[in-house]
Amino acid sequence: MKPTSHAFSSNAHRALHDRTLQQALAKAGVGFVDKRRAAIDGLPEFQALKEAGRRIKDHTLANLDHYLLRFEAQVQAAGGRVHWAATPQEACAAVLDICQKSGAKMVAKGKSMVGEEIAINDALEGAGFEVVETDLGEYIIQIAHEPPSHIIAPAVHKTRQQIADLFQNLHHQPGLTRPLQTVPQIVDEARQVLREKFLAADVGITGANFLIAETGSTVIVTNEGNGDLSATLPRVHIVLASIEKLVPNLEDTSVLLRLLARSATGQEITSYTTFFTGPRRSEDLDGPEEFHVVLVDNGRSRMLGGDYHEMLRCIRCGACLNHCPVYGAVGGHAYGWVYPGPMGAVLTPLMVGLDEGRPLPNASTLCGRCEEVCPMAIPLPKMLREHRRQEFAQRLTPPRARWALAAWAYLAKRPELYRLATRLAIKLLNLMSGGKGRFRSLLFAQAWTAARDLPAPQRDTFMAQWQQRRKP
Amino acid sequence: MSDSRAAILARIAKALAHEAAADAPEIVQRIEAHARGPLPQWPHSTRERFIEKLEQVVGTWAEVASPAHIAQAVGDYLAAQNLAKALAVAPHPLLDGIIWPEGFQAERRRAVGDDHVSLAVAFCAIAETGSLMLLAGPDSPTTLNFLPDDFLCVLPTNRIVPRMEDAWALLREERGAMPRATNIVTGPSRTADVEQTIQLGAHGPRRLHVLLLQGGA
Repeated sequence: MKPTSHAFSSNAHRALHDRTLQQALAKAGVGFVDKRRAAIDGLPEFQALKEAGRRIKDHTLANLDHYLLRFEAQVQAAGGRVHWAATPQEACAAVLDICQKSGAKMVAKGKSMVGEEIAINDALEGAGFEVVETDLGEYIIQIAHEPPSHIIAPAVHKTRQQIADLFQNLHHQPGLTRPLQTVPQIVDEARQVLREKFLAADVGITGANFLIAETGSTVIVTNEGNGDLSATLPRVHIVLASIEKLVPNLEDTSVLLRLLARSATGQEITSYTTFFTGPRRSEDLDGPEEFHVVLVDNGRSRMLGGDYHEMLRCIRCGACLNHCPVYGAVGGHAYGWVYPGPMGAVLTPLMVGLDEGRPLPNASTLCGRCEEVCPMAIPLPKMLREHRRQEFAQRLTPPRARWALAAWAYLAKRPELYRLATRLAIKLLNLMSGGKGRFRSLLFAQAWTAARDLPAPQRDTFMAQWQQRRKP
Repeated sequence: MSDSRAAILARIAKALAHEAAADAPEIVQRIEAHARGPLPQWPHSTRERFIEKLEQVVGTWAEVASPAHIAQAVGDYLAAQNLAKALAVAPHPLLDGIIWPEGFQAERRRAVGDDHVSLAVAFCAIAETGSLMLLAGPDSPTTLNFLPDDFLCVLPTNRIVPRMEDAWALLREERGAMPRATNIVTGPSRTADVEQTIQLGAHGPRRLHVLLLQGGA
């Protein structure tokens, strides 16, 4: 998808005035937060698991090439194939090649954020394949022609009525009517429509939450069962996975699984946790004949060992989105690309360029809630600051902001001058407020004063008051 | 594509300042140590924990005294759910001796799109989360776990292990290698994609019923 992250400001403005979106966001927000809290309160070992999880990821990243090679060897030993893709283009080409060689017509897809990242649906449709998203949330946004707005709940921005209308228009021929109002009716409708697609698909594509070096297995964590049907019924199973998904063994995976579901949906474990290892064995009665893993780099090997190294620990639980005040106010689409919220504000500039993604790291008060709830203890605010620093260093900051920052830096480095300037500014603002202690309207601060008063500074600067009190 | 492989590995090796190798001894050792992380604890027995967690995820269960009583337990379930007496049955040795009563249509095979009921045997169960573990193979076709509306699963009670780590130990000991698919199934299929409202039976089974086989296999 073509990113619109550069237009975050106008995207956000539109989102704030979209009443349907605001209704949907209001419904979603508290649910995720409360469920996660309850799940973590119910597990006294959570902190210890968090530390263990972080150590596992740090160790694996520090030996990533070893583990990738081991994983590749194990996939091959199980009868599967590994395809390495440095770029989204290479990843799409590898998938297209597999689909074409197998003579496929229809592709059933489980949810994959890497799939979104490399825009695999566009590539497949462009080459003439029919692609059907089978996760209910992904299916809803596919038929609405929209990108996901959340990494684990892609259609969280849609209301029940909007979904019912979409289904009504697409599935129901004139004359045919099935009731489509309640949640069970909507889910049942999707089950019936998608069941036929599963059975007809030639290729199934799933993502991977983890790749296990020990066994060459790929792991998916789902609730609907669509990923398992996509991986079991078609003749060919393709796994799309990024290189940082590696973990050493099954025990390590168990540690991370305990963290993932609790942080994501507040479940102790999802309905289905599945480990795929190679294609069907000769005596098996079902399962795909071919098993492929497409390993996607797309900039990750460049993050390794650098300022954003720790971001590679991310297990894509979405807790940082669910707890972010900015995400909660504007939703995922405003971020303008595949990954929204704090993790998206770190990843987007790295994947589509700082020039395009520049507004995202700036759209944050650095309140730190994301880092607090991150099961992998990723220092997201630190990385957002690092993006801002590099933005300034690369002269991407707009001139007015640069001059303001340069002026502030000039003063901040000269304490005497800084104190004098702040004293004068306070006196001036005090005078301007006419002694009322607040502004109903103020030049350059109209966005603030439109909805509330701006308090005027009282008395004197802290330093001046400090000096005053120290006098005997 | 092999160029990309070399390029990715070279970038990683450069970032990490070491040489890539699949058989680095410390890596093999780290993998094969199978070291366990922090393990959640609970006060009650493994069996009680399993049942408590299974019920929390809306799974149902019934006790079965011996393999000879499985047909009766299946019949009771189908009658209670008002379902036809037709099911796809896993070609599992534990189910070999079952004599299905008159009127039952029980076929030993994989599942197909319009099957309503299936019956399989779990490899083991995980008490911590109330999960069943099923291993794909000729005696346990994966389609049985996902396609039908009602999934019935036989679980010998001596196959309930405390945690996922114990299941891995059992799998290594008894099978040696991972099957094509290892399914950890916890309750019926569900979705919360419409307004965060949990709805059972998204694409997989609408109901999960465990037949606890006393004494074991």
